[in-house]
Amino acid sequence: MPANFAWIRPEPWGIHVVPADHWIDPSRPVDQALVTHGHADHARGGHGTTVATPETLAIMDLRYQTREGATPVHYGETIRLPGGVDATYLPAGHVLGSAQILLEHAGEKVIVTGDYKRRDDPTCPPFQVMPCDVLVTEATFGLPIFCHPPIEDEIGKLRTALRDNPDRCILVGAYALGKAQRVIAELRRAGHRDPIYLHGAMEKMCRLYEEHGIDLGELRLVAEAANKDALRGHIIVCPPSALNDRWARRLPDPITAMASGWMRVRQRARLKNVELPLIISDHADWGELTRTVEEVNPAETWITHGREDALLRWHQLHQRRARALALVGYEEEDD
Amino acid sequence: MEEFAALIDALVYTRGRNDKLRLIAEYLRETPDPDRGWALAALTDSLDFPAVKSSTIRNLLKERVDPVLWTLCRDFVGDTAETASLLWPAPPAPSAPPPTLTEAVNQLSAMTRATALTELTRLLDRLDPSGRYALLKLATGEMRIGISARLAKIGFAQAFGVDIEEVEEYWHGLRPPFAELFAWAAEGAPPPDTGGLPLFRPFMLAHPLDDLRVDLADYAAEWKWDGIRVQLVHAGPSDAGETRVFSRSGDDISATFPELAEAFRIPGILDGELLVRGSHQGGEDGGAASFNALQQRLGRKTVSRAMLRDYPAFVRLYDVLHWRGDDKRDRPWSERRALLERIVTELPSSHFDLSAIVEAAHFDDLAAIRAATRDDAIEGLMLKRRDSPYVAGRRTGLWYKWKRDPLLIDCVLMYAQRGSGRRATFYSDYTFGCWDGDPDDGAELLPVGKAYSGFTDEELVRLDRHIRQNTVNRFGPVRETNKSLVLEVAFDSAHLSKRHKSGLSMRFPRIHRIRWDKPAHEADRVEALRALVKD
Repeated sequence: MPANFAWIRPEPWGIHVVPADHWIDPSRPVDQALVTHGHADHARGGHGTTVATPETLAIMDLRYQTREGATPVHYGETIRLPGGVDATYLPAGHVLGSAQILLEHAGEKVIVTGDYKRRDDPTCPPFQVMPCDVLVTEATFGLPIFCHPPIEDEIGKLRTALRDNPDRCILVGAYALGKAQRVIAELRRAGHRDPIYLHGAMEKMCRLYEEHGIDLGELRLVAEAANKDALRGHIIVCPPSALNDRWARRLPDPITAMASGWMRVRQRARLKNVELPLIISDHADWGELTRTVEEVNPAETWITHGREDALLRWHQLHQRRARALALVGYEEEDD
Repeated sequence: MEEFAALIDALVYTRGRNDKLRLIAEYLRETPDPDRGWALAALTDSLDFPAVKSSTIRNLLKERVDPVLWTLCRDFVGDTAETASLLWPAPPAPSAPPPTLTEAVNQLSAMTRATALTELTRLLDRLDPSGRYALLKLATGEMRIGISARLAKIGFAQAFGVDIEEVEEYWHGLRPPFAELFAWAAEGAPPPDTGGLPLFRPFMLAHPLDDLRVDLADYAAEWKWDGIRVQLVHAGPSDAGETRVFSRSGDDISATFPELAEAFRIPGILDGELLVRGSHQGGEDGGAASFNALQQRLGRKTVSRAMLRDYPAFVRLYDVLHWRGDDKRDRPWSERRALLERIVTELPSSHFDLSAIVEAAHFDDLAAIRAATRDDAIEGLMLKRRDSPYVAGRRTGLWYKWKRDPLLIDCVLMYAQRGSGRRATFYSDYTFGCWDGDPDDGAELLPVGKAYSGFTDEELVRLDRHIRQNTVNRFGPVRETNKSLVLEVAFDSAHLSKRHKSGLSMRFPRIHRIRWDKPAHEADRVEALRALVKD
């Protein structure tokens, strides 16, 4: 073991399923793509056909207007690709519509996780553990320093800061797809009933989530606030790139918060001028990554992107086989 | 300890200078003695626990975490204390309530190298991650949280409404936890008595001149010498008493330059540039050698007789702060200068001379003089307002430095390493090289220098991305790139050196421009740099 797995080949711009001539999350346009989830570094426009969950296809439609060649596949559903390859989409727990792809060919099973986490998330179904021969995993937070605290603690920090500063607003930088909606949904779960204000760039994605049955409560656009003072004492959600730009200067004395797994490291938060770091991530932390390998228990692990050195070392220490794939184009900054 | 940890965390995440000052002042007002004194000591880097070093923490963690994983984490975080605070395997329940700051300081002071590992473990087990971070920062003495000693002292002055200049005046005569200082500032006790001690006084510094022009009727010009700025202090009677030599940061370097301490025996405080005698630079006679020669003498705890003979040091005097019991700092520069010219005649010429005034009728003449200078001991010009008092720090409009234009050379990026602190997650330290011949004829790149400044945060992000996407080899924290990017490097002078394979080194290299547009084979050759050597 492994027998050979010559039918699945990591190339710099994606993973090639050779007999089917399909590419998983390719970073350049291809004829036939299998897409794990809607983040821009995994889902790009311009493919001939795109196989993904209906939610992911809706997100791609919103972002790239890629209606043509869209092939929906539901969680748990298996589709037959050319060359005798079966592909099954399983929940990955990362964002709305995110999936792991189980590929079966000639009696060999390979799972490509895409991005994933093992924590509870009100906006998507949880990661499903499925045994396989080769596990292709991400390693964005693949260092033992990364241990995301319970999200309730971080939401609590946010609400405490809000209560202690009734004359200010709290500007939360959060990735527009997934993180923003999860933070809002968790605030609602914690009992926050006040309207939450949005940066204009967040609106469409939040509406899409609502259309998929995720309740985000009352949302308002910052641009529609009666005046600056109407924003005092409120939470405003914006993309991370807007935290330090001109747009933010119009807000009433904002406290700059950022929801990201990187906030675990103080110097990272300082570099981004963050005053209120919220350690909230949609990626697996070190404990979740290693637990996933143990539970899936593959004969071999392939690591796509992130901090592969440390996860490779962990495999070595636990007498497990692993290799790092050198894929290009996967960003890691915003989560 | 929890209050101190909360202060450190708040300071880490606070941007504005005034907000930081407010946090420090609030803490100092509300915290009892002696905790607040120890906190002030920590913020001003005045603590030293000889038994606890960065390596102690490394060893402590390597007993608990795989060494390879430790190193990977440390490289990513860029800070030993923070990495350890995040990786520390917390006990299921704290073994005892957290210690007070004073208790922690007392225990750290009492540790020996034999007991440090067990005692530190016991302290860390009583703290949460924030507390562990604060404790380890306190123990190793490098806070690196964007607070300078000066800022902490200003915070102290603001807390109690006292004058920062007065705080600075007493500061160097006091020891943590600064009980007399708090008694004076917070409770109105008489000021601490520091008379009769050879104390360091903060230097007066200059702003860059940039595009400004000044009227030479109001400003005098002096050479800016390329040595190290020093302050000589003699306290007590002439020919008895005590003399100290202080560096710019206030470090006592008397033991490194004993001949200077011996040569100054009159009560007073002088400001000047420490240089090493050289035959070929810096004036007709009594010349100074380049900074390269001075480097042979820096950082030594003791000095051999050969060192004293081969690299004799002297001070080129700039200013006088105190003379024979009188504080001269509020007198105008022109008056202090006249006094200095008399003083130098009382001092042994073997160890002291005067920094000459550069005479010019007009600013344009001065610009021409500056442009013509390419002497290794001269960094440029200083412009001093003739009526300026001697004040601590940089005060707008009084003194300017007008550095000469740097030399420039096009190099190729070869290796990159992660920075530390704020830049730990970026490749921000660059090694670059020049061609050893014609690159189209198969010439190779030889490293000529290293730089980690001169670029903006946006450029850093772009450089980091270039490095990640163009890596051909990895050696621990270092990446070798495919040598495709040209960096225009600015530097002050070139020297012969064994540090790099090219046999050359640069003084103060920094990234001047990133030449995204320029093909690597058009970068400069090693000969171009060698031609600039003047050693």
